[in-house]
Amino acid sequence: MKKQVWATVAGAVALACLSSQAMAQSRDLNIVSWGGAYQDGQKEVFFKPFNATGIKLTDEAWDGGLGVLRTKIKGGNSTWDVVQVEADELEVGCDEGLYEKLDVNKIGGAARYLPGTVHACGVGAIIYNLVLAYDGDKLKAAPNGWTDFFDTKKIAGKRSIRNGAKWNLEVALIADGVSAKDVYKVLRTPEGVERAFKKLDTIKGDLVFWKSGAQPPQMLAAGDVVMTTAYNGRITAANEKDKKNFKMVWKDTPYTMDSWVIMKGTPLKANAEKLVEFLGRPENQAKLPKYVRYGVTAVAATPLIDKSLMGELPTNPEIHKQAFAEDVKFWIDNGDKLAERWTKWAGTK
Amino acid sequence: MKPIKFPWKPLYWFLCACVLVFLLAPIAAIIPLSFSSGSFLTYPLPGLSLRWYQEVLGGGKWLTALGNSLFVGAFATMLSVLLGTLASLGLMRNKAWWSEALKLVALSPMIVPVILIAVASYFFLAPLSLTSTYLGLIIAHTVIAVPFVVVPVLTALELLDPNLARAAAACGAVPRVTFMRVTLPSIMPAMASGALFAFAASFDDVVIALLIAGPDQRTLPREMFSGLRDSMTPALTAVATIMIVFSTTLFLLMQMLQRRTRKAMKPA
Amino acid sequence: MSTRQRFSLLLPLSGFLLVFFVAPLVWLLSLAVREAEVPRALPRTLAVLQTWQPGQALPPKVFPDLAQDLVEARAASTLADAARRLNYEVGGVRSSLMRAAREVGSAVPDTVFGAEFFNAVDPALASPEFFAAVQRARGPVSSYYLLAAFDLARNAKGEIERVSEANRIYIDVLMRTLGISLSVTLLCLLLGFPVAMLLTQVTAKTADWLMILVLLPFWTSLLVRTAAWVVVLQREGMVNTLLMHLGVISEPLTLIYNRTGVLIAMTHVLLPFMILPLYGVLKGIPPHYMRAATSLGAPPVVAFFRVYLPMAAPAIMAGSLMVFILAMGYYITPALVGGGSDQMLSYFVATYTTDTGNWGLASALGLMMLVTTLALYAVAHKLSGGRALSMG
Repeated sequence: MKKQVWATVAGAVALACLSSQAMAQSRDLNIVSWGGAYQDGQKEVFFKPFNATGIKLTDEAWDGGLGVLRTKIKGGNSTWDVVQVEADELEVGCDEGLYEKLDVNKIGGAARYLPGTVHACGVGAIIYNLVLAYDGDKLKAAPNGWTDFFDTKKIAGKRSIRNGAKWNLEVALIADGVSAKDVYKVLRTPEGVERAFKKLDTIKGDLVFWKSGAQPPQMLAAGDVVMTTAYNGRITAANEKDKKNFKMVWKDTPYTMDSWVIMKGTPLKANAEKLVEFLGRPENQAKLPKYVRYGVTAVAATPLIDKSLMGELPTNPEIHKQAFAEDVKFWIDNGDKLAERWTKWAGTK
Repeated sequence: MKPIKFPWKPLYWFLCACVLVFLLAPIAAIIPLSFSSGSFLTYPLPGLSLRWYQEVLGGGKWLTALGNSLFVGAFATMLSVLLGTLASLGLMRNKAWWSEALKLVALSPMIVPVILIAVASYFFLAPLSLTSTYLGLIIAHTVIAVPFVVVPVLTALELLDPNLARAAAACGAVPRVTFMRVTLPSIMPAMASGALFAFAASFDDVVIALLIAGPDQRTLPREMFSGLRDSMTPALTAVATIMIVFSTTLFLLMQMLQRRTRKAMKPA
Repeated sequence: MSTRQRFSLLLPLSGFLLVFFVAPLVWLLSLAVREAEVPRALPRTLAVLQTWQPGQALPPKVFPDLAQDLVEARAASTLADAARRLNYEVGGVRSSLMRAAREVGSAVPDTVFGAEFFNAVDPALASPEFFAAVQRARGPVSSYYLLAAFDLARNAKGEIERVSEANRIYIDVLMRTLGISLSVTLLCLLLGFPVAMLLTQVTAKTADWLMILVLLPFWTSLLVRTAAWVVVLQREGMVNTLLMHLGVISEPLTLIYNRTGVLIAMTHVLLPFMILPLYGVLKGIPPHYMRAATSLGAPPVVAFFRVYLPMAAPAIMAGSLMVFILAMGYYITPALVGGGSDQMLSYFVATYTTDTGNWGLASALGLMMLVTTLALYAVAHKLSGGRALSMG
């Protein structure tokens, strides 16, 4: 009887291994974005319609960090196919061979997209600002910008910032008196970096960190913080969906572009390219601002966007001239070093 | 047993009551929130409604996650009961040094912090293409669940009166029959309680699922973890309430089983 | 039962655990001492440096060899790992190495890849400190990650010294983990001991019911209990609303995303783990010792401290060690209710594994955790007479 038992067990294990391999091959196409209200909007505009074309699509959320992507590739057997990444993650990741090279003709041709949005490894998805957000019902006097964000005597209460060096060092310097156009020049010097961290130290006791884009509106709603940095689209979505009265300060806010990439070595490359092409169609992109106020990258999409939404779109000229562009090269060169410095700064009292 | 005299007896009772309230209040507190008609997790409730239960049970990610948890839990439990019972039979009443060592190995997943088991499994299973698969998750859950089977089953086996087996042999039963008709029924309650503990261990795991499960295998606790971080709606409290009801049922089953075991173990 | 029969019964579980538990753990811990990234990417450079000592002049041949290695490693996708590894020792060198590889690849033919070439990309690349770091990372084993886990590093001369003030973090994290675990253990002891004692003094039926009240949270999912605390401790959550309603406070207290929240939530989660073993031993303490003491004239307080407590000591030890060990390994609860400076060792192990990709350091910290946990378990085992692993 024992031999039969062993035979059955061995057979079952072998079968299970084989079937798991088969299951691995036949998995669905997977797209990864930033979660929250933004991804809910993307579901309506992109993911569900794409599913309807016959290719099954699952979606996941992540909070950024090149290390996550490096680990996915290094660990192997990654289930991520198409990912939305930030500007510096696009450059560095491309350099390190984390993404597939993109053939622009497979995704609709170069003429479809705004100049500067097509990259060897990725194509632009959205343009957005990191704004200063607060609850208009709880804070009657509008903060005048980053100076007030760092002034706990003038406006008491906790503040929230993203857990990472990017964009926080810039706004710290602006609050310390550096003009937006000089911010990166100052940050390139070691004294500039020190100055930024020192400014952050002045409010460290009142700081709470957020990691995912969905957290700032929640923190404002719960009253956990009085002011927070946030992605503009999430704030507008919270106002519309949850009937909130959150307000934004656009002055001296950084804007940047996120892109879609295809992870290197994905077994579903052909379908991934079809997905990226679908994501770039002007008629699809034009529907996104209704859900989240982000600028889109297809040339023909802009005239299709509802004029009434233009007021809070980052590509609105009135807003655009108050904002400053993120210096991607600075973060490519210094991202790792400053990320490490940040982890240690954030992890200690 | 006569109560021990204490000068501050009422204060002592009050303190104990406070501790018990501390233990139970938070769990009780979130149950009503799941019936709230509003979208925020604050009292007083704006009104009562079942909308969150409809959202959770009406299909979608929560139901899939529940299905995943039950599927993985069932298989992990079956595998751990099988492996654990066989091993307990081999370990019972064995004084050899290697038996003690193997017992330690069998119980060590309870000692090692689960984050290390999760990370180690991730590094090990990824090259084998077993991450983001049901099989990989079942394997990893079995590793942490097996000790929960070994402890009660081994204890039950060692408490078993050896004379029963000898009597059966004296009546002419071959070892296999003795096992099937004497030993196995006696350790059934222990196996069942081990199975319940094992299932609870698999069902409740978050860390391993965080590291190993792919988007298709997301279990209920994994989904709750994301929910707690990203979007806290009363849907979470609805899921929590369902899980509370579930674990309370398991627990009451456990209590009944333990009472039966105690009765079975009473000397004749 | 014959030995052969026993073996075949034990084989399935042993085989299974050996393959899926012991082997992965050993593999994980080996990552803490292995060095494979730099030898894989920069073989020629290491070959030239074999006879070089820090302090000597750099052999000129090292630069063209480095250039060749960079180009080949970039093509083979092994450069990124090596660059990251070297970046841990020489800050900023990761992006410089990647840039250098690009420039070497796109340089005109006949370019001389000498010290000046690399100096132009980044002076750090031509420095002896950089090459000393390369040499130290030659592998196959190294103490780099283990030292880093204790905030130590080898300096340019090869001696072990503490890293700069700004970079010292892991000893602090270890202290913090131990501190939080200790605080939670003490809180559990203070809250759990009275309840365990109460359980021994009431009738069996009442004890059964009270036990159900204690076990119910024990059986509830850890995540559900943590979620409950997240909801209850919020700024506009129940505790604050209640206290403000009663007029005890005028401003909501910050009870979450800080140390207070972590202590409250962890104590709640671990309290049953203290009560159960305590009760298990306390119910075996005969009551006549206390009665004898009081009948001899000792006031109840004295009788308690001098007769009861010493007899309860093994129980206290067992319960405390159990709670302490469990607290040390916790990840979920601090991650959900704690702030940035409340994260324990497990958080760093997880983050370095999935977010940063610094697997060597994740393993080294994991090794630190495992050794501490096993040592504590050995102590618990000894003190409780081998009953540490029973389930109460």
